[in-house]
Amino acid sequence: MTEPLVFRFNVDGSDFTSAGQASVHVKKNLRELGLPPEIIRRVSIAMYEGEINMVIHANGGVAEVIVSEDAVEIVLKDQGPGIPNVEQAMQEGFSTAPSSVQSLGFGAGMGLPNMKRYTDTMEIETEVGVGTTIRMKIFLK
Amino acid sequence: MKIATVRELLNAEIVCGEELLEEHVYSACGSDMMSDVLAYVKDQAVLLTGLVNSQVIRTAEMMDMVCIVLVRSKKPTEEMVRLAKASGIVMMTTEYRMYDACGMLYANGLIGKKVRHD
Repeated sequence: MTEPLVFRFNVDGSDFTSAGQASVHVKKNLRELGLPPEIIRRVSIAMYEGEINMVIHANGGVAEVIVSEDAVEIVLKDQGPGIPNVEQAMQEGFSTAPSSVQSLGFGAGMGLPNMKRYTDTMEIETEVGVGTTIRMKIFLK
Repeated sequence: MKIATVRELLNAEIVCGEELLEEHVYSACGSDMMSDVLAYVKDQAVLLTGLVNSQVIRTAEMMDMVCIVLVRSKKPTEEMVRLAKASGIVMMTTEYRMYDACGMLYANGLIGKKVRHD
C-alpha cells in the first residue's frame, strides 16, 4: 500500500436510529483490507462513539478514515456548538447530553474517554459556536 | 459456555441466529448503557440488556459480540432483528430481570471482566 486510502462519510444528525452506519461501513472496509481484528475493533469503537457524539451534540458532520501504511487515522468534523471545557469533557461520567439520550443507551459521559481509550493519539480542536474537529490515530506497527 | 446453554439457563426464546447456538461465549456484560459496554467488554461475549433500539445491535457488532439477551421479555424492533441477522448475532429474550439473568450465567461459570486491584 503506497497511497493512503480515504473513506469519507456524511453523518446524518437528524436520526439517532441510523447513527453508527458509517462505523459499520468502516468496519467492513477494514476487514476487506485484511487489517488485524484488534485494530479493526479499536477503530470501529472510536469512530462509533464519535459518530454518536456528532449526532447527539452537533447535528451530524463529516467522518473520514484514512488508512496508510503505518496508521489508521479517524477525522471527525462538525459544526456543532463546540466544547467549552475539553478537560472536563474528557472525564469519565461527565456529560451534557439530554436525559432523553440516556434512555437510548448513551450520554453517560463515556464517549470521549472511550475514544481516547481505544486510540494511540487523540487531538481535539474546538471553538464554541463554530465546531469541533477530532483527530485520532491507531498505529499499525 | 455454549450459546445453547445460555438459552437453556435463561429459559430464553430465540429471536434469530438459531443456527449459531453451538458457538461458544467466554464472558458477559449486563448494561443498559452502551458506552459502558463499549468501554469494558472483550469479544466472544454475551450482552444482556433491557434496552431496545438499533444501537444495541451496532454496539454488539462493534465489539464483535456474538449473542444478545433481552431481559424482562423485551421485544426487539424489526430493525434490530434485521441488523442482528445481517451481523450474525444470536438474539434471544428471557423473562428474567437483569440481575437474575446475570446471576444465573455467572453462577454457572460465565464470569465478567476481572477487576485488577493493583
